[in-house]
Amino acid sequence: MASITISNVSKTYPGAKAASVSDINLDIRDGEFIVLVGPSGCGKSTLLRMVAGLEEISGGEVSIGSRVVNQIDPADRDIAMVFQNYALYPHMSVRENMAYGLKNRRTPKPEIEARVAEAARMLELGPYLDRKPRALSGGQRQRVAMGRAVVRQPAAFLFDEPLSNLDAKLRVTMRGEIRRLQKRLGTTSLYVTHDQLEAMTLADRLVVLNGGRIEQVGAPLEIYHNPASTFVASFIGSPAMNLLDARIEGGRISLGSTQLDTSPVYGHSGPVTLGIRAEDLTPAAAGLPFRTDFVEELGAQRLVHGHVDGQPLVLTLDPAMPLHDEMRLSVAAARVHIFDTTSGKRLDLVRQTRQAAHQPA
Amino acid sequence: MSDLTHPVTSPAARPGRIRRWFTRPATAPSPAPSPAPAKRVQFDAPLLPWIFLAPQLVVIFVFFYWPSVQAVTSSFYIEDPFGFGATFVGIDNYRDALGSREYQRIAGFTALFTVLVTAFSLGLGLLFAVKADKVIRGRSAYRTALIAVYAIAPPVAGLMGMMLFDQHIGPFVTLAGWFGYEMKVGINYWDTASAMILISVWKQVPYNFIFFLSGLQGIPASVREAAVIDCRGGFTRFRTAILPLLAPTAFFLLIINITYALFDTFAVIDVMVKDKPANNPLTLVYKVYNDGFRGNDIGGSAAQSVILMVIVLVLTLIQFRWLERRVHYG
Ligand SMILES: Nc1ncnc2c1ncn2[C@@H]1O[C@H](COP(=O)(O)OP(=O)(O)OP(=O)(O)O)[C@@H](O)[C@H]1O
Ligand SMILES: [Mg+2]
Repeated sequence: MASITISNVSKTYPGAKAASVSDINLDIRDGEFIVLVGPSGCGKSTLLRMVAGLEEISGGEVSIGSRVVNQIDPADRDIAMVFQNYALYPHMSVRENMAYGLKNRRTPKPEIEARVAEAARMLELGPYLDRKPRALSGGQRQRVAMGRAVVRQPAAFLFDEPLSNLDAKLRVTMRGEIRRLQKRLGTTSLYVTHDQLEAMTLADRLVVLNGGRIEQVGAPLEIYHNPASTFVASFIGSPAMNLLDARIEGGRISLGSTQLDTSPVYGHSGPVTLGIRAEDLTPAAAGLPFRTDFVEELGAQRLVHGHVDGQPLVLTLDPAMPLHDEMRLSVAAARVHIFDTTSGKRLDLVRQTRQAAHQPA
Repeated sequence: MSDLTHPVTSPAARPGRIRRWFTRPATAPSPAPSPAPAKRVQFDAPLLPWIFLAPQLVVIFVFFYWPSVQAVTSSFYIEDPFGFGATFVGIDNYRDALGSREYQRIAGFTALFTVLVTAFSLGLGLLFAVKADKVIRGRSAYRTALIAVYAIAPPVAGLMGMMLFDQHIGPFVTLAGWFGYEMKVGINYWDTASAMILISVWKQVPYNFIFFLSGLQGIPASVREAAVIDCRGGFTRFRTAILPLLAPTAFFLLIINITYALFDTFAVIDVMVKDKPANNPLTLVYKVYNDGFRGNDIGGSAAQSVILMVIVLVLTLIQFRWLERRVHYG
């Protein structure tokens, strides 16, 4: 058990022109489950591998517990890693795979056996202990990889997309299993994924990376409801948040020729990007003129794709609600996110709007 | 056939047989039994496969079985040196060969030579491969330099070796001289032997290097990284996590290298001992050649080559039976 501190860490691969990871600062508390999420190539693996010691740290410092580990051998960092393609030793049985790391650390034999047995029980690997990895299914291999990490009883678990080679259903099951295991063991975990749903469901705190930089850190719902930028807004949540070109003119938000029925907005005027989640839009008597293009049925809800003022828009509707080709949509003022059009950063004007609503205008 | 096994599952099949052959309604359940094993190609004419196989069979027969049978037959005869017929002598040729002190001495040297050449070629090939695998800068230049030796033909390698060990200009002789040793390759038995082994190893290392290197690169990076986290010591890690994964490569190379040491070093040896005083190290293959083509003892030479064949056969069998079981084909 330990906290992990990442301060001003950056990484430039030899021969690369630009840094793959730049200036990352992150404090991970003991026992916390942190998920690094972001699109392909944003530097998630690079950051994780620097913590693991598999990649040299170009700048900054990584500490595990109270120890700066920059110069410490991966084997001595007291971490265990689970890889995307499992990385099991093909010539060793499941039992040997799990015992290997302990044997090399001179753990007494009875202790090794006890830990392997315990891990096998937890992960239901008992019947497979004497099999070679090639005789296991993908899901079983993944559990062996987990078992190999668990038996070590390390200060931290590092996961690099451990579920992305599994089919969708198994992924959901394993996701639950990982969360349960981590809660039970209370081991600090750093988990890399590009799947925002996996990120949302697993994380105590999410770290959204973009182009090697941290875009936002926070609890999943906090990020969902207050995305710091259009990047985060479009990355977290499914369907992605609707982002529309709009203008603020004289404190009023207007979308094309329609004016949004919200209280006045202060502190900004000119073009802005308007963010509205699909579930925050409701059909109403008056509001944004919406034309339906097509509908996706998801069972519990339906996704209605269409456009407003020539811009694409998605809303979720209860399947019981009537569908029309043309609808008027309204949105609660507090649910409207406003972003700077050029920088994409969140403009915290909505809160002012809410305050403004209480003031006698 | 499918009509018998699934008589009514395909109503669409009933109306017209002919039509069924051409059109098969996509919605109807397929009348063919689906869990059929992978389909085998069937030839109508029983002769056809033999015709396809014939060229290969002819090659194997003409260049392998025919000479082998010839060798085995002639090993039971003593042939007249001038080609005027042969006399059946039973196993006399074998008895003569195995009983001769000279033959035993050469067999002993061949064993030593084979063990040393195989061990050093494999060991150095592996060492270079492991080192080359770690090189990042100048990778391809390094590899090309190591592999290039493989392109040198054996007799040329032998010649180059002779030059390296030449009495007057050979750098190795000079080197030995600095240590106060007068090296006489081609005259002193063990000096010649050392040079022979050195050149044979030098010639074979690139071959092993290529295979070991590609074997190493076939090991997934993540497995190596998992091992880096699981095991601190580089050598222990290599021995327990990497080397076992190279075992299939090593096993294959072991067979190839033994065969190389026994047979393919002929040209190197030939260059080194031809036209030299008699007291020089030889291997069994060279003796077969010497007795058969220089001494015109066709029967004896045939008997010796049959013995060699048996040795290789036995070695290969042992390797497959014993070693392959310990090899992990991950
Ligand atoms: N060994 C390397 N040498 C040079 N550049 C590299 C190396 N490994 C990664 N990169 C670069 O660093 C950046 C970040 O890579 P990284 O593997 O961390 O991405 P990632 O976020 O894990 O992506 P993915 O989701 O696809 O795994 C990428 O632009 C990649 O091209
Ligand atoms: Mg990655």
